[in-house]
Amino acid sequence: MQARLAAKDIACRRGERLLFRKLSIDCVAGDAVHVTGPNGVGKSSLIRILAGLLRPYAGDVQHYGGRGLVDERLALDANLPLSKALAFWERLDGNADMGRAGDLLQLAPLLDIPVRYLSTGQKKRAALARLINSNCPIWLLDEPLNGLDHHAQTVFEALIDQHCRAGGIAIAASHQPIALPAPQAIALADFAA
Amino acid sequence: MIAALLRRDLATLLPGGRGGSGLLPLLFFLAVAMLYPFAVGPDAQLLARTGGGVIWIAALLAAILPLEKLVSGDLDAGIFDQLRLRGISEETAMAVRLLAHWLAFAPFLLLATLPAAALLGLDGKTTQTVLLGLVAGTPGLAAVGLIVAALTASMRGGAALAGLMVIPLAVPILIFGAGALARPDPGGLLFAGAISLGLCAVAPFGAGAALKAARET
Repeated sequence: MQARLAAKDIACRRGERLLFRKLSIDCVAGDAVHVTGPNGVGKSSLIRILAGLLRPYAGDVQHYGGRGLVDERLALDANLPLSKALAFWERLDGNADMGRAGDLLQLAPLLDIPVRYLSTGQKKRAALARLINSNCPIWLLDEPLNGLDHHAQTVFEALIDQHCRAGGIAIAASHQPIALPAPQAIALADFAA
Repeated sequence: MIAALLRRDLATLLPGGRGGSGLLPLLFFLAVAMLYPFAVGPDAQLLARTGGGVIWIAALLAAILPLEKLVSGDLDAGIFDQLRLRGISEETAMAVRLLAHWLAFAPFLLLATLPAAALLGLDGKTTQTVLLGLVAGTPGLAAVGLIVAALTASMRGGAALAGLMVIPLAVPILIFGAGALARPDPGGLLFAGAISLGLCAVAPFGAGAALKAARET
């Protein structure tokens, strides 16, 4: 079945503020979306709504295919060596080998180091490798390039390209430029209430 | 999937595990049993008569200690978000956490009850009643603890509040569990067990709902 993610007329309210409204997204296999906007415009909230973790104030989200999320919360056990922290998710995802994603993101030298000693960029690389290995067709990325060095950014952009060409969907919220294959751009400020 | 969750939770929570409070609740439990004779004096009869109740209070307080890290760490780390994306509901995660939490503190508490009973000079029959009462009551204490830990996980200073909230909720278990010491019939133990079962049935849903509500804040 083809991956698809469709959001219709969604609005987001945080506290007393309506962040955005009447936002519709329709992604089919191979699509990439770049969500842009200044801080506080609701990029992270949009990603969480698309992930099904936050209820939209109005509208609804439909998806076909698994959703994978990378945001600022890494969900890796801080006291464990990286290999063991990742092993928990590999067991759940039924994929016991970091394989190519781990190689490309250069995780091998980090596997024995407890997660709490890793730098921001190193942790991010681990989370991205987990996303790739979860085999989800729909990638939801909240500031995926934060903390990554230039080389890792290039590698990850190439991985997104590969993912989309293989029939995946990538939606990235980022305030910095990110090279996506044939991106639709959504400037979230246009939908501000 | 459940096995992977349980394995991680146990590795975190068991004494000597990496994320839990380790042996502290047990040492605390034994310390209370040790302090009590110092405080009330060496009257063997008085100790034997009141010792069972003291063990119950110590067990209740010891059950509060692990609550601080029971849920809040994983909530902050985004673990429950990632589980949800993999189709594992908050209720499932909390049911597994309840089992792991009970396994991580109750069996050790039951073992520690033996030296505690010796310190207080309890006779064999009283010790047996205390042990049976704890077997019946600790699942309920774990369930109350889990609900409260999930409710307070997203709050600043939630740990202190959690301790305060558990105490009134644990009173029914205490009344029937410790009350069995004063009566010859097993009715109290059965009541404590029934309350425990009820709480265990409700806890995954209550705690799961608390986690979902924490996302919306």
